[in-house]
Parts: sequence; C-alpha cells; structure tokens
Amino acid sequence: MALIGEKGVQRILLVTAFSAMSALLLIALFIVNEGVPFMFRYGIQGFLLSSDWDPSSGTFGIFPMIMASLWVTVGALLVGAPLGIAGAVFLSEFAPRPVMRVVKPAIELLAAIPSVVYGFIGVMVLAPLIREVFGGPGLSVLAASIILGIMILPTVISISIDSILAVPQSYREGSLALGATVWQTVHMVTVRAAKSGIIASVILGLGRAIGETMAVIMVAGNAVKIPDSPLDSVRTLTANIALEMSYATGMHREALFATGVVLFVVIIILNTVASVAMRKRAAKK
Amino acid sequence: MSFQLEIIHLVANIDAVCNPASFRNPCRKITLKANSMSKTVTIAIVFFAILGGCGKRTNSVTLAGSTAFQPFAEKLADQYMQKNREAAVTVQGGGSAVGIQSAISGAAQIGMADLVQLPEEAKHLNATIVARDGIAVVIHPSNKVSNLTTQQVRDIFNGTVRNWADVGGENRPVTVVSREAGSGTRSSFEQTVGGIALTKEALIQDSNGTIRETVANDVNAVGYLSHGLLNDKIKAVTIDGQECTSAAIAADKYPLVRPIFLLVNGEPQGQVKAFIEYVLSVEGQETLKSNGLIPAR
Repeated sequence: MALIGEKGVQRILLVTAFSAMSALLLIALFIVNEGVPFMFRYGIQGFLLSSDWDPSSGTFGIFPMIMASLWVTVGALLVGAPLGIAGAVFLSEFAPRPVMRVVKPAIELLAAIPSVVYGFIGVMVLAPLIREVFGGPGLSVLAASIILGIMILPTVISISIDSILAVPQSYREGSLALGATVWQTVHMVTVRAAKSGIIASVILGLGRAIGETMAVIMVAGNAVKIPDSPLDSVRTLTANIALEMSYATGMHREALFATGVVLFVVIIILNTVASVAMRKRAAKK
Repeated sequence: MSFQLEIIHLVANIDAVCNPASFRNPCRKITLKANSMSKTVTIAIVFFAILGGCGKRTNSVTLAGSTAFQPFAEKLADQYMQKNREAAVTVQGGGSAVGIQSAISGAAQIGMADLVQLPEEAKHLNATIVARDGIAVVIHPSNKVSNLTTQQVRDIFNGTVRNWADVGGENRPVTVVSREAGSGTRSSFEQTVGGIALTKEALIQDSNGTIRETVANDVNAVGYLSHGLLNDKIKAVTIDGQECTSAAIAADKYPLVRPIFLLVNGEPQGQVKAFIEYVLSVEGQETLKSNGLIPAR
C-alpha cells in the first residue's frame, strides 16, 4: 500500500468502478449497433407489429413474442406478487423475529437455484399436471407464469421485508395507541408507508421475469403465436433469441439482435421506474 | 529480435510439452529460459503459449454441426483417438447451419450437416456422405395410432388435422412438436415429406433429445427425430406401411431418409483426411451401424 499511495489507490478503485459501467456501455453499444440498423431497414412497424415470424422466408415480426413476454410476465406477477407481499408482511409484522431470521435467508436461497432446475421441475411436474387438469399442451403461459412467479419470490419478499422494516417503529406505536388493531395498523399504516419499496420490489421481480430465458424455453413450449388463453404455448422475446441464435446468419441474426434491443429497452424502463420508486422512499425519510 | 527468438524457443519447448511423444522434462527447460528474461514477461508468455500452443496442435481436428450426428461423431472420435494416440478430435454441436458456417469460416475443419439438399453457399465445400439417417415420426407409446401416410403426416404438421380421431386414433387433440428454424432435422423432414408449412400451434424444441422428452411426456404429442435416437419411451409410427428400421432405410423403402455430410473447405488433408477415411472405413461404418445409423457404403 505504501508503495502506491493514497492517490494511486483512489485511481485503481476508480478504474474498477468504471469497468462495470463500461461493460454495460459496451454491451449496449454492441446490441444497438447490431440490431438497430436492421430495425430501420426492415421497418420498425413491420418488425414490432407484424405477427409473422418466418426467418427462412425473410419475414421477421416479433409481435407474438412481445405479447408472449407480456402475458408470461403479467402471469408471473399475478402468482408472485400476492404471495411475496403477503409473505413479507407476515414475516416482518407477525412472525417472531428469530423465525424471520431463519426463513428470510431460506427464501433468498431460492434465488440460488439455477433456472434450468426450475425449468426441469416445470417440464416434469407442472406441465403434465396442467395438461391433465386443464387440457392443452401443458407447456404453456400458465406453466411459465407459475414457475416465474416462484422465481421472483426471493426478490419480492426480501426487498419488501427490508422496506417494511424500514418504517419507523413510532408509526406503528402511534397507530396502536390510537386504538387500531394490529391488522389495521399493518394494512393502513405500515404497508402504506412502505408502499414505494414494495412497488420497487415487484418491478425488480418483473425485470427478472421478463429476462428469464432457460426456464421459460423449457416450460413455455415456444410456439410462435399470439396466445388467446393461458393454456396456449408461447415464445417469449428471450426464448426467441436463445432458441435461434445458434443457427442464425445474416438478416436472421440481425433480427435476433433487434429482438435484444427491444428487450433491453423494456428492461431499462422497468429498472428506471423501480429506482425512481426506491428514491422516493429514501426522500420521504 | 532476440526477444522474439526467445518466444519461438519457448513455443517450441511448449510444443514438446504438449506432444507426449517427445516429452522430456519440460519444466527444467522453461525455467532455464526464464533466467534469461524478465521473469514476469516470461511467465505471461508461458501462460499464453501454453493456452494457445496446446489448444491448437497440428494434429487436432474439430467437428461442428448437426446435433443428430453429434453423438455418433463423438463415438467415432473416441475410437479414432484410441487408435491414434497423438490425434485430438473435438466434436461440437450447434446444428447443421452451424456446421456449414464453421466449415466455410474455418472455425471447424469438418462441418457436419444432415440436410437433404445442401444450401447454395455450401456448394463449393468438399462434401462426403458418411451415412444415411431415417427420420422417425414419433408419438407417445399409449397412442393407438400405428401408421400414418405421408399425406397424414403433412396434414398433421400443417395443422389441418387437429384430432387423433381423424387419423384413426382416439378423440384427443394433436400436439405438434417441431424443431426450431434452421435445424437440419427439421428442414430434412419438411423437404422429404414435402409441402409442409408448419402450424403456428406447434411447440418448438431445440434438440432431438428435448423432442424425445416432450413426446414421451405428452400423450397427445407427435414429433420427429433421428432414427438412431429412438428408445422405448416413445413409439415410432410406420409411414405408408413402412417401419422405421435400419433394414427398411437401407433398402430405400422407408420414405423419410436424409444423408449425413461431412463438409471440408477445400481438399481434405492430413488428420482431417485420415479421420474422414476412418469414418468411411469398415470399422467406422460398423460403429455407425451398431448405433443405429445406416452406413453410406
């Protein structure tokens, strides 16, 4: 350390900090450079709003994939958000602290399970179950939604817990002193005060759901069509890229990069909304 | 200048390390050289040289392409390396399109492709047919259907037949399972059956193996895969009354057959040539045959 000196250390740390950012920048530049020229050449409207995807005949419409990503993500939200928020409320407000200290890390472990394992469970257990009970091919929006809903639980629960615990104890005490029951305090005071953090947790979960690839390829069936029911098989934007990239050349390859651009824009919007929501919470304190 | 010479020496020594035939206490040699140069530079160069040097020995052959032929190529590569200790044969998948692309670009010396017709850009490549492969149309074992005509196969994959009752089965919906665009198995299947515009309802799986799993798990499913990958979890139907067996394929009776090409950019030479010759040899062809492919000769 003495050899490098204070300034030197600062500079080294600066470089490491910027390397992460420059990686992001490079990736963004790369995708944009590969994908955007194609979008203009092919026509943005035709690319985004046409529902014909047939690379061998040169038609590249990703509307079915956009709809698929939307359906699957909303589905994952319907499964994951209520479960996650309710779980977070229970763990932070009702469960004894020692219980929370065990359960919360356990839930966070869910995030450490590789997505291919989730996919495998989806294929072997969930898809046949859906086929038996509801009909259809089994590999479907519903299967993908349930799997993704479980996958976003750790994100939703752990950020929600943190933001609920960040609500000052005096709020709860004030509410209880006014004669509110514990449940009234929870849903009228605590959760309201932690609202922006909870919303941020859900949006981050959303980002994870929309970006997930492996598990979705395995359980969604990958048919290129606009779904009309949750039992239909769909192909999401991520699945489209991963499935076809190894074969793609020329226009087809550029079209897949352009798919990546669309995905990138969607995720940037989601993350911005989430961080704005988080900042609001910080500003309130 | 002398610095460059040192590097050449080092690389030469490392070649000796990599080549077991002339293995003679390489560590001492490298340390000896290291004394004559700045240590850090040497260590860095040694690392890079080892990485680069060992990865690309002159005797290595890389195959890439068709996932249908990949397991057979791996088996052949193993046997070939047993016989030729100094040869290194690497087999990668990726699909027929990747096989063609990497043969053209030189990313792999040998591209594997299983297409009925090679595309225009592959016409200049040196193509050798090493085997033929039947494409089996497969269904769940509990499905009562046992024969489909070519027309019925076409109708099912076009989406005009949507119920198994229409082709002599139970009253259940048909779930079509196909491969992704660009797959050699898919384009061979569509070309040999003819007139297929795949239904939008079709599930897409990205390898022969996942097709097999999907069909094995779904009583309504119908898919297609390489004849060599059939097992008892799925049932192959007869096409126009012809069973998908090695004998029927060899006798040109089974209709859905495609050739498997090994593609080389330019005239095969050295190890590449030797490996292709090995695949075509009696032993190589026998290996393919015993694993379910149909020999080319």
